[in-house]
Amino acid sequence: MLRLEPRQQASSTMRWLTPILAVAITMVMGGFLFAAMGQDPFQAIKIIFLDPFIHETFGPYSRSQLLIKAGPLILIATGLSIGFRAGVWNIGAEGQFVMGAIAGGAVGLALYPADGIWVLPLMTIAGALGGMAWAMIPALLKIKFNANEILVSLMLVYVAYNFLAAMVTGPLKSPDGYGFPESRSFTSVDATHLPMIYEPLGMHAGVLVALALVIAAYVMMERHLLGFQIRLTGESPRAAKFAGVNPAVIVAVCLGISGALAGMAGLFEVTGPAGKLTTNFPVGYGFTAIIVAFLGRLNPIGIVLAGLLMALTYIGGELAQLSLGIPAAAINVFQGMMLFFLLAVDVFVNYRLVWKKEVK
Amino acid sequence: MDFSALNPVSLMVSLMIAATPVLLAAVGELVVEKSGVLNLGVEGMMIIGAIAGFAISVETSNPWIGMLAAMVAGAVLALIFGFITQFLLSNQVATGLALTLFGLGMAALLGQSYTGMKPPSTPHLDIPVLSDLPVVGPILFSHDPMIYMSIALVAGVWYFLNRTRGGLILRAVGENHDAAHSLGYNVVMIRMGAIAFGGACAGLGGAYLSLVRVPQWTEGMTAGAGWIALAIVVFASWKPWRLILGAYLFGGVTILQLNLQALGIGISAAYLSMTPYLITIIVMVIMSADRRRASINAPASLGRIFNASH
Repeated sequence: MLRLEPRQQASSTMRWLTPILAVAITMVMGGFLFAAMGQDPFQAIKIIFLDPFIHETFGPYSRSQLLIKAGPLILIATGLSIGFRAGVWNIGAEGQFVMGAIAGGAVGLALYPADGIWVLPLMTIAGALGGMAWAMIPALLKIKFNANEILVSLMLVYVAYNFLAAMVTGPLKSPDGYGFPESRSFTSVDATHLPMIYEPLGMHAGVLVALALVIAAYVMMERHLLGFQIRLTGESPRAAKFAGVNPAVIVAVCLGISGALAGMAGLFEVTGPAGKLTTNFPVGYGFTAIIVAFLGRLNPIGIVLAGLLMALTYIGGELAQLSLGIPAAAINVFQGMMLFFLLAVDVFVNYRLVWKKEVK
Repeated sequence: MDFSALNPVSLMVSLMIAATPVLLAAVGELVVEKSGVLNLGVEGMMIIGAIAGFAISVETSNPWIGMLAAMVAGAVLALIFGFITQFLLSNQVATGLALTLFGLGMAALLGQSYTGMKPPSTPHLDIPVLSDLPVVGPILFSHDPMIYMSIALVAGVWYFLNRTRGGLILRAVGENHDAAHSLGYNVVMIRMGAIAFGGACAGLGGAYLSLVRVPQWTEGMTAGAGWIALAIVVFASWKPWRLILGAYLFGGVTILQLNLQALGIGISAAYLSMTPYLITIIVMVIMSADRRRASINAPASLGRIFNASH
């Protein structure tokens, strides 16, 4: 019968092959899904994965959305991957994203209508601190009271959603907004408008910061003692303890960094693509970034590629919605399937399939 | 402020209705965790149950068939999780998250044409004399059958885990899967059974939400109820009876804040809506704070991967 036999060493070929395999299986199964919905599966897959690049009318707009959507995913996933490698499960990045946008946005609104190139950096710092503060709640509760960080960080997402609603109907509501629950526009004032650097690919300043931070994260994880301690904690918590690693510090650092990056992503979103704070501002990047982190093998380069791929499914999904009437939810199913299949085929990284005769 | 508008009897009744979906999901997850598996996909299984139950009830005009369908749907989804974690040995945390993300998307997709519809109503118990008693009647004797079912399920799970051989085996698998394996028990199949049971319970909880509690289908309607169920299992220290306390506490806070919103006490509705989540965090922190007690009650093999060929 077929048996799984542990490999002596994790297969590095498989580590890179399985994400590609997972995407391929998702395309096939997604095709079945679209067929079940009465669509031509080949056309649907082509629209999602190819049309953003080649379509004559929609192509230019689609391409300009690529980095706009990939930027926040990459930034958040980079932070999350650090924690995931240490076995610290921050799954409330969505909440930290929202709180970062609120904190940074509030600074911008407090300074309104200030002018100067220092405004946006100040807002970015406030955004990062806002996200970090929100992530430190599960960190402190974990360290002090042994509370599960998964559940606490997740609960705080719903608290953050409600806090956003309270802010845009209360203190941060635009005085010129005719009573709508939304803040002033950040993009209509130069000082708070995130500059666009290369329009055709949607590269705004936030994307550059994200890429710089990806490199910084790589250096920290591979070349710095802290990165080594984080990896050691994830692979063998006992060995880490003997080596003198303080688990409380690791929890605080992992949650703090991932919260700060998610908060920064929120600030870039609100001062750029979204333009203002509304209750519809969060679109689930914090959750999709979890898929990006895993699909990218918790590795910076992998995360950049996975972020671009996931952005592509968002954009292609919008095209499919437009031209075939495929509902937006189908793309979420698609993204969920990708993580499922990745986790399933990942078995081949650490195990090999062998044929063993039954010993009786 | 006019608190006289709050009728304690009707508050109590709506509290029980609000608590039941979470209680159903939590009792299922408790069995799963007792077998040593951490399934974080409760939210996904609940919402799939919510739409499956709603859709089938509308199509058949029978809420009971709908609830049955919800249990099947929840169990099927859970078995996908089971297959990937138990046979393909994947990380349970990540796979549970995948289940939630997938379930939320799938439910939204399936539910497209059911938004705004009304489900067939679920009949209530009506016992002559007893149901007509003042105060006691509405609180104890005139609910829909599912509320009694949920309490009975808790009792049944307690009995199974603590008073039967099967329950002992299930707990043994959860405490030390290697030892259970060497005694000849089929760890993987026992866990698959527990996972399917957990999925069915979560699905039923979701269906109760869309058929009785709300009753309507809206996208993302579980709003974290599945995660709260997970937190309640921790709060209950993996003891079935305490689940009722946790779920009813949550139900109480939910109903109280909803009524305060309706009264308009001058606090923004958004702040009041936070309270169920904040209370959940607080009670979970209190229960986890005593590390020794927490580690005695938590199943020792929780979340660990089992491979017989090791």
